[in-house]
Amino acid sequence: MIAAEPQLLTGGEAVAHALRQVQPDVVPVYPITPQTPIIQTFAALVAAGDAHTEIVNVESEHSAMSAAIGSALAGARTATATSSQGLALMAEVVYIAASMRAPIVMAVGNRALSGPINIHCDHSDSMLIRDSGVVQLFAENAQEAYDLMVMAPRIAEHPDVLLPVLVCQDGFTITHAAEPVELLPDELVSEFVGPYRRADALLDVSHPGTHGPFAMPDYYFEFRRSQAYAVVAALTVVDEVADEFEGLTGRRNHALEEYRVDGADAVVVALGSSAGTIKDVVDELRTAGRNAGLVKIRAFRPLPSRQLRSLLADASDVIVLDRADSPGGAPPLAADVAFALAGEAAQLHSHVYGLGGRDLHPEAVRDVFLGQAPRYVGVRGDECRA
Amino acid sequence: MPELMRWEDLGPGGVVTPSESPRPKTGDWRTSGRPELRLDGCISCLLCWLYCPDSAFVLEGTTIVGIDYDVCKGCELCVEVCPAGALEMVEEAEA
Repeated sequence: MIAAEPQLLTGGEAVAHALRQVQPDVVPVYPITPQTPIIQTFAALVAAGDAHTEIVNVESEHSAMSAAIGSALAGARTATATSSQGLALMAEVVYIAASMRAPIVMAVGNRALSGPINIHCDHSDSMLIRDSGVVQLFAENAQEAYDLMVMAPRIAEHPDVLLPVLVCQDGFTITHAAEPVELLPDELVSEFVGPYRRADALLDVSHPGTHGPFAMPDYYFEFRRSQAYAVVAALTVVDEVADEFEGLTGRRNHALEEYRVDGADAVVVALGSSAGTIKDVVDELRTAGRNAGLVKIRAFRPLPSRQLRSLLADASDVIVLDRADSPGGAPPLAADVAFALAGEAAQLHSHVYGLGGRDLHPEAVRDVFLGQAPRYVGVRGDECRA
Repeated sequence: MPELMRWEDLGPGGVVTPSESPRPKTGDWRTSGRPELRLDGCISCLLCWLYCPDSAFVLEGTTIVGIDYDVCKGCELCVEVCPAGALEMVEEAEA
């Protein structure tokens, strides 16, 4: 087991160091808050000669993802990063990257979508591309963001997967907050990720092929079906890579994390940094004799639905916290959990919290557990009258 | 046309390799004549080969030996760029 001296790093810096160690060949990228410190730190490391990466300063995120597709299919290990409006502008090309099975690793600093314009965290940007067919992993803190970024190329480049893998960290809460982070030795990361080789590389001129062919009604559906299969296959790969990573570091980064779920009556399901706050509240409630638990979802896509169902089946109340809304419908995570739990007896509760960087305080989480919180947690005007 | 594939048989990204793809005879798109090559005037500078958007010029090594009219669309670019005057457009009927 590797024990390293922790360093004080922000999530953005930690991910930049993961990129330095992974050594992508090409990084086409456009700056946007709160992703900017990731690529700014990485660019400084490249300028200092610590990584051989070709950084391509493109004119927009649409171009960043377009260049990333060409590069990844040409046979170069490729990474990029974005947030919010950048991801929205990129969205069209994210679908194409997934369809062309381009194993691009992308760091996302989650930030609310406009409008109104805002720079702080929620998950509406990630949810916008929920159905694009990319893998989305959510980190709870800077250490997890680093760990997932080291794991990401292995998942993306796995022959059963070959898909973009997004490592999502909450904007500012993780990207800009400094925490102790243990970095792995450079050689170990390089050995762990290994070389990137693909059999049908675009620049292998002795084996020419048409990538991204036009597909009419006689083929489009087969393409989509085969993509869906690859996304589901990624679930096994995420956990296999997490097993191997755990063997090296002792740190677990599997698709789901259960926290005091055994014997829990009320279980919260959540993504991202709020899991830290929720764990504290679970401890507090357990001490007070209440059976509370948390299921933290790292792999939002592909979602481990079956595992989720077996973890939640015995709870009487399942409470889903979404950091994104779907006005007029079910919030994304709540809809997924409802689908996973269909037919089970558990009572399902759905709350939306933290839009545009609104803090989620422990008192509010306690109210959520006790069934005393309004549907929109923390918004003025919806204070609970319970 | 080849039989339609099942989704499991599409490789990642459905990359199409030349062997799987029928070579359509796009030469029948020509509407205003075809280029004709006078081999005795040709200096094999390869400009026609380089400019041809349909890869219609047939090479032996680095020598131009003819035009593949199955794919030539008659765009006349080769006639424009030929520095030796070895190419000219002729009516299909006269060809």
